[in-house]
Amino acid sequence: MEPIRKFSGRLVPLPINDIDTDQIIPARYLKVTDKAGLGAACFTDWRYEADGTPKPDFIMNQPEYQGGTILIGGHNFGCGSSREHAPWALMGAGFKAVISTYFADIFRNNALKNGLLPIVVDEATHRQLISLAQEDPQTQVTVDLATQTLTLPDGRAVTFPIDAFSKECLLKGVDQLGFLLDLEAEIAHYERENPARVNTLG
Amino acid sequence: MTAQTLFEKVWNQHIVQPGGEGLPAVLYIDLHLVHEVTSPQAFTLLREKGLKVRRPDKTLATMDHSTPTTPRGIDGVIPVTDAQAAAQLEVMRKNAADFGIPLYDLGTRNQGIVHVIGPEQGLTQPGMTIVCGDSHTSTHGAFGALAFGIGTSEVAHVLATQCLLQYKPKTMAVRVDGRLHPGVTAKDIILAIIAKIGVGGGTGYVFEYMGEAIRALSMEGRMTICNMSIEGGARAGMVSPDETTFEWVAGRPYAPKGADWDRALARWRTLPTDDGAVFDNEVVLDADQLTPMITYGTNPGMGMPITATVPDPDQVGDVSAKMALDKALKYMDLQPGQPLLGKPVDVVFIGSCTNSRIGDLREAARLMRGRKVADGVRVMVVPGSQQVKAQAEAEGLDRIFKEAGAEWREAGCSMCIAMNGDQLAPGQYAISTSNRNFEGRQGKGGRTFLASPLTAAATAINGVITDPRQLVLEMA
Repeated sequence: MEPIRKFSGRLVPLPINDIDTDQIIPARYLKVTDKAGLGAACFTDWRYEADGTPKPDFIMNQPEYQGGTILIGGHNFGCGSSREHAPWALMGAGFKAVISTYFADIFRNNALKNGLLPIVVDEATHRQLISLAQEDPQTQVTVDLATQTLTLPDGRAVTFPIDAFSKECLLKGVDQLGFLLDLEAEIAHYERENPARVNTLG
Repeated sequence: MTAQTLFEKVWNQHIVQPGGEGLPAVLYIDLHLVHEVTSPQAFTLLREKGLKVRRPDKTLATMDHSTPTTPRGIDGVIPVTDAQAAAQLEVMRKNAADFGIPLYDLGTRNQGIVHVIGPEQGLTQPGMTIVCGDSHTSTHGAFGALAFGIGTSEVAHVLATQCLLQYKPKTMAVRVDGRLHPGVTAKDIILAIIAKIGVGGGTGYVFEYMGEAIRALSMEGRMTICNMSIEGGARAGMVSPDETTFEWVAGRPYAPKGADWDRALARWRTLPTDDGAVFDNEVVLDADQLTPMITYGTNPGMGMPITATVPDPDQVGDVSAKMALDKALKYMDLQPGQPLLGKPVDVVFIGSCTNSRIGDLREAARLMRGRKVADGVRVMVVPGSQQVKAQAEAEGLDRIFKEAGAEWREAGCSMCIAMNGDQLAPGQYAISTSNRNFEGRQGKGGRTFLASPLTAAATAINGVITDPRQLVLEMA
């Protein structure tokens, strides 16, 4: 995984509440056994007509928003299924971060494990960012993970929360599995102290 | 000792290493359920890193999501005609074989929806931690287990270490007082809860369902409720175990036996939430006031009593909620103020991890016995597992469904997630006992009304959305 530090990008406003993972990547695309090609199907039913032609009204199809790397969704972004294909698809479509007032728990966890930053802002900032992006598609913001700040075009910096552990992993570009693997002794100790409480498949 | 909730007891018993300032806790996982859709990339990671599955004996794989539910061929084999699905199933087989994980393969006697087979086999037990790469893992919380859905990276974590990194969630007491009226079911309780709190209302929480109405439910009813915790935003929902729980688990293949059973039972009896334990939040519902529920929109929070009319976006104060409702009604092609009773449907789907257990099928069959499905309506009945299918066939439920004109299918997720070919055509309306009415969930352009098995069965007979209470009373 590439380390994440500081990046700037243009905003893509999609201010719809409760955007679920079935919209981000419909289930019929989940028959893959790798992560390739999911970006092309990101938001596919909102993005394309049945014959595959782009729907001109959809934000990702509007020429002035091409190349935007920071998606702004409505409240409760990423609700629904646990599919990690959702952050894979968003990243495949070129997004580096998603901004919302809050994220569904499983989506947030999945995003953090893949280097897609879920950025939580307060409602006023959220509204302001949506207006800015809708008024001027060139609106650019800067994300600095180390300082946990999102800097708006007027120079105002708002801080966003992220747990210290995920932040450290993202800054270093390491996956979280390594941390668990290093705990082999502790896990073995727990297993010795807690013999199977239940009959399982052994 | 301070009074503890069920959740806190289970959480504390599974701490390998406590969390600290900005550091997640390391939580031990007792049972890891695996299926073909969310696991392949995790196994790939294990191979890349040269890792083994730490505890294959605490891991069980099945096939359910992309599997066809079409009838078996004369050779007894369920044909897989979708090449991509066939390849995915083959990868599951290879991964299970290479890593030594037991697999309930397509069509074999214990195969089925992952959240149906765990309880059915007695693998799901009170006080356990259970995870699966599937958000409806919350189902297993009905037994007093802490059970939640995880992503594929986390599937790899659990495969490799049997542990997960977790921050402690908050707790919410969801109390349902009173008693349900005839024709009103567990599904109506959970649809009413989600309509009340919204699809994001439980974000960051673990629910514990309690109160007289929950105590009165069967395990199947409790599973239906816990199953849809995630539709209210909560990763997990739990019910303190009681005699109903113990009776259900007893005698199942993997349930403890003999002296082990006595020891387990003694331990399970310590799990229920202590008197005076404090929750971070609470929501209260009165079962006496509940009617059958139905959804009208494009998320499970957009639900109402079946006798109500579709809400008017102009009456919604909050701007973004108004926009969401506008968008939903446009997708559903419904008008504000319109009643849903009497609305024709094209398809009735009875199945999914929410409502495909034997009790659900018995309920539906009770209404459909001796009756015919309305002309022009396609009715699919999809048992949750091969075991449920066999039980239903032993009881003659399959004949009731078939004689009524319904399709009796093989076990699987089927039209709940519509990735196996079982799907709606664009514009079609379905009444469905499943858990999600998101746009396109049951097929691109398809429109879903979520309801109970009773409401679905009554609707199948009339061909239009029907309040099941009259039929239920007539039969009483």
